[in-house]
Amino acid sequence: MNGEIEPMVGRYVHVDIGGDMYRIYFEENGSGIPLVCLHTAGADGRQWRHLLADKEFTKKFRVIAFDMPWHGKSNPPASWNGDEYQLTTKRYTETIRAFCKALKLEKPVVMGCSIGGRIVLNLAIDHAAEFRALIGLEAADFQQPWYDTTWLNRPDVHGGEVCAALVSGLIAPQSPKATRDETLWAYKQGGPGVFKGDLYFYRVDGDLRGRVQKIDTDVCPLYLLTGEYDFSCTPEDTKRTAAAIPGSRVTVMAELGHFPMSENPEQFRRYIAPVLAEILKAQVSPKQGVHA
Amino acid sequence: MTQAPNADAVIEAFSDIPALLKADLALITRGRFLDCDCRLGPMEQPFFVAIRAGRIVEFAAKPALMRSWRFSYCATPVAWSEYWKPMPKPGFHDLLALTKRGEAVVEGELHPFMTHLQYFKDLLALPRLRQAKAAA
Repeated sequence: MNGEIEPMVGRYVHVDIGGDMYRIYFEENGSGIPLVCLHTAGADGRQWRHLLADKEFTKKFRVIAFDMPWHGKSNPPASWNGDEYQLTTKRYTETIRAFCKALKLEKPVVMGCSIGGRIVLNLAIDHAAEFRALIGLEAADFQQPWYDTTWLNRPDVHGGEVCAALVSGLIAPQSPKATRDETLWAYKQGGPGVFKGDLYFYRVDGDLRGRVQKIDTDVCPLYLLTGEYDFSCTPEDTKRTAAAIPGSRVTVMAELGHFPMSENPEQFRRYIAPVLAEILKAQVSPKQGVHA
Repeated sequence: MTQAPNADAVIEAFSDIPALLKADLALITRGRFLDCDCRLGPMEQPFFVAIRAGRIVEFAAKPALMRSWRFSYCATPVAWSEYWKPMPKPGFHDLLALTKRGEAVVEGELHPFMTHLQYFKDLLALPRLRQAKAAA
């Protein structure tokens, strides 16, 4: 509709992460339980724009999506000396916790996709008590690599084109063309080496095999949802991971791939709505123990 | 269960690719900086393909002695048959999904393949258009 203004608002918050100050861009909408959304590797918070604009969810949730440093509108810090960007488990965990602290969020729900799904598992391992619930989309403790990441950042290959072309096959064929193209556009816009640097966490530093057994879902409920067309983090990867975590809940999402919230928001809504409803119900009547 | 495809049907579908590309000006434009000799097709009977400025100028089915190619992407007939379905099943919907599951092999000097990855994905998906029309 001509002249329509969407309800989410974007702002910057200055966040101390490991002693360096970062200017972090985030968008938010709604009120209620804080729901912090983490984008995939090499992308940014725009992936969550449909959830941010959801009239029903935002009645009960304060939906917040931030761009990781180096991504979207969150620039590298002023202290950056030009070294190759590499995301580590420690730094990723620090960033999320520091962001939540800077915004004074009280026991937020964190929902992350892909690398965001992987780090959600790490939050569940080491910091579960800080969160109301954790949701991992396309999440597993590990998955087999399927290409050489050196192709992502070299001067004789167009970074935007190759990043988008690599991930294009992770989108389900049923996803609408417009949302497919929009999902890929973020990959075409990423800074040089940023997608590759994120995958350092995913491929090298963030292997959680043998650690997820420590997750206690009585402390913090854990939901894992994976698209059937995701051949990077397959439904089998997620099921294998969940098998080691008593009380974790797994959903395989039909007709969705690696980017459920952006590649096909309507289809994703069908799957995330019952999860958010359950979190809400536990909030209203915590003693009834819906996760018991 | 996946039905064993007719190998001749796969070869026939491959043979349509030059004509399908000729009709797809957007795809030709995307490949306008691509000059490459490559090997594409079923593993047992690949085609030798010469591409110049994004256009196929040679598409040879018959084996030629000591033919050079820069890279090769070959898959099983089952893989091609599934890849070309209007709505491929999970794991058969992308060239790299096929390599990950061992239904396809990419080898050689991969630079032209990676610089034009979406071009090759779309080029090799062209028979899907014909299948979709036939199914309609």
